[in-house]
Amino acid sequence: MSTPTETVAARHRAAGGRRPLGVVPTALLLIGALYCVFPVIWVLIAATKSPGELFSTSTLSFGTGFLDNVTDLFAYRDGVFWLWAGNTLLYAGGGALLSTAVSAISGYTLAKYRFPGRGLIFNLLIGGILVPAVVLAIPQYLLFSKIGLADTYWAVLLPQILHPYSIYLARIYAAAAVPDSLLEAGRIDGAGEWRLMSRVAMPLMVPGMVTIFLFQFVAIWNNFLLPFIMLGDDGKFPLTVGLFTLLASGANQPALYNLILTGAFLSLLPLIALFLTMQRYWRTDLSSGAVK
Amino acid sequence: MRRSDRGAWPYLFLTPAIVLFTLFLAVPIGYTVYLAMRRTKVSGLGLGKGARREVFVGFDNFAAALSDAELWQGWLRVLGYGTLVLVVMLGLALVFALMLDATRVRLARFSRIAIFLPYAVPGVAATLLWGFLYLPSLSPFRAILDVDFLGATTVTYSMANVAVWGGVGFNMLVLYTALRAIPRDLYEAARLDGASELQIALRVKVPLLTPAIILTTVFSIIATIQVFTEPTTLRPLTNTISSTWSPLMKVYRDAFVTGDLYSAAATSIVIAAISLVLSFGFLRVVRNRAFGEG
Repeated sequence: MSTPTETVAARHRAAGGRRPLGVVPTALLLIGALYCVFPVIWVLIAATKSPGELFSTSTLSFGTGFLDNVTDLFAYRDGVFWLWAGNTLLYAGGGALLSTAVSAISGYTLAKYRFPGRGLIFNLLIGGILVPAVVLAIPQYLLFSKIGLADTYWAVLLPQILHPYSIYLARIYAAAAVPDSLLEAGRIDGAGEWRLMSRVAMPLMVPGMVTIFLFQFVAIWNNFLLPFIMLGDDGKFPLTVGLFTLLASGANQPALYNLILTGAFLSLLPLIALFLTMQRYWRTDLSSGAVK
Repeated sequence: MRRSDRGAWPYLFLTPAIVLFTLFLAVPIGYTVYLAMRRTKVSGLGLGKGARREVFVGFDNFAAALSDAELWQGWLRVLGYGTLVLVVMLGLALVFALMLDATRVRLARFSRIAIFLPYAVPGVAATLLWGFLYLPSLSPFRAILDVDFLGATTVTYSMANVAVWGGVGFNMLVLYTALRAIPRDLYEAARLDGASELQIALRVKVPLLTPAIILTTVFSIIATIQVFTEPTTLRPLTNTISSTWSPLMKVYRDAFVTGDLYSAAATSIVIAAISLVLSFGFLRVVRNRAFGEG
């Protein structure tokens, strides 16, 4: 902190004394926070209730059936819920890992090399941001069917690796985090381009790559349309499609509500945990370089 | 070592992205356009080999999509729903971002994390949670408000609420990040001129936020036009949502239920075209308003 900012902060404090209006923003934000957290708390409480308690006890009182609900859920159709959870982890983890690698290398190349066609390639890749998923999902399904890959893990994994916005973020991050001088020094020492990329640039880009990984992980975890279209065998479903089929089959059977709500609650836990533990990496702007 | 020595390396590094782009973006788009211009022609009774042939029909499928009454009803529903979502979601996101940035706020960190939390909830799960909260037999809101949240007219608002809930936090974070990048001295100058916090927010911060607001609006338009997950997930809980509630749901039904790939392809191109026109139209209008006056 430099001296001028300190004086500014001091003036803030002095000015603040005359403006006791912090109540309004604080109250508005807390109302927003309550609105956003309420459904999650509600499903946490609902998941603890036994089928009887769900309809009889008051909304915000915990029930006694949580462990029974979890046992029932894992017994449901020979533990298909576990399978969905594992599949989701595979799609989101594997997909985000590959996506991050492709984005980081592409972003680094577009930021640090001058070569014929650079502008064209960048514009084409970025243009992908504006292509709505709807024009892609159906032809992707038909093309995968033709080569016999529809209804396989590949059908969900492969189309989600290329992510134009991640390439854009990686390019911005590479421009800020990888100094040209370091690359030049490496070249003078005789390092090849592959070595510079893998040993110099990539390690410097790790914080930005974590951010890209997280956003892509969540995007794939949350995707519904693509697996819904691609998959027929419920053993390959991710949680989103699994929960949907659970809801579609149990919506008119109140006895199944506990199962659905417990499934919904458990499916939220991994992402919420990831989200709370990785707070400092959830950034929408990578231009300032280092994530502190 | 000069640039010529790097030779093919940049292209080599970009090969994975270019291959993926070709296979999963360029080829599918081309295939959709191809399908959209074709149709199965049945000759005679449609029996025997060669009685069903795929023929080129030009823009017939587009003409059919544009004159399809069911699809138009879907567009009108999505227009109402989308306007509601965009205005409320982005309005709240802007208000929350400005409040987070205000000088004297308590529990700002808690509120920021809490409002961003729904971003970690998949659309299916979000719709499922709210769907059960709307269900008459379970709804805690019924005690306060005697409304059928899943009725013929209310269901649109209920669905818009799910989208607002899921999207407000992410947009707030984008706007808040942009706000933090504005040099603080600008506010100081305004403050010395006697501007109140509210005036600074409206006259200094909002104009400077314009690029970020444009960005979030364009992305939200693209996402909203393709609404699919929320109405599809809510369908099992109510009979007020038809299988063609949104244009994308009609595309899905055409492609996978009735098996009319050609109509599905044409309709999906229409959806893409409308979302591009709206996005660019919005950009133009805003650019002229915001930057054209000088």
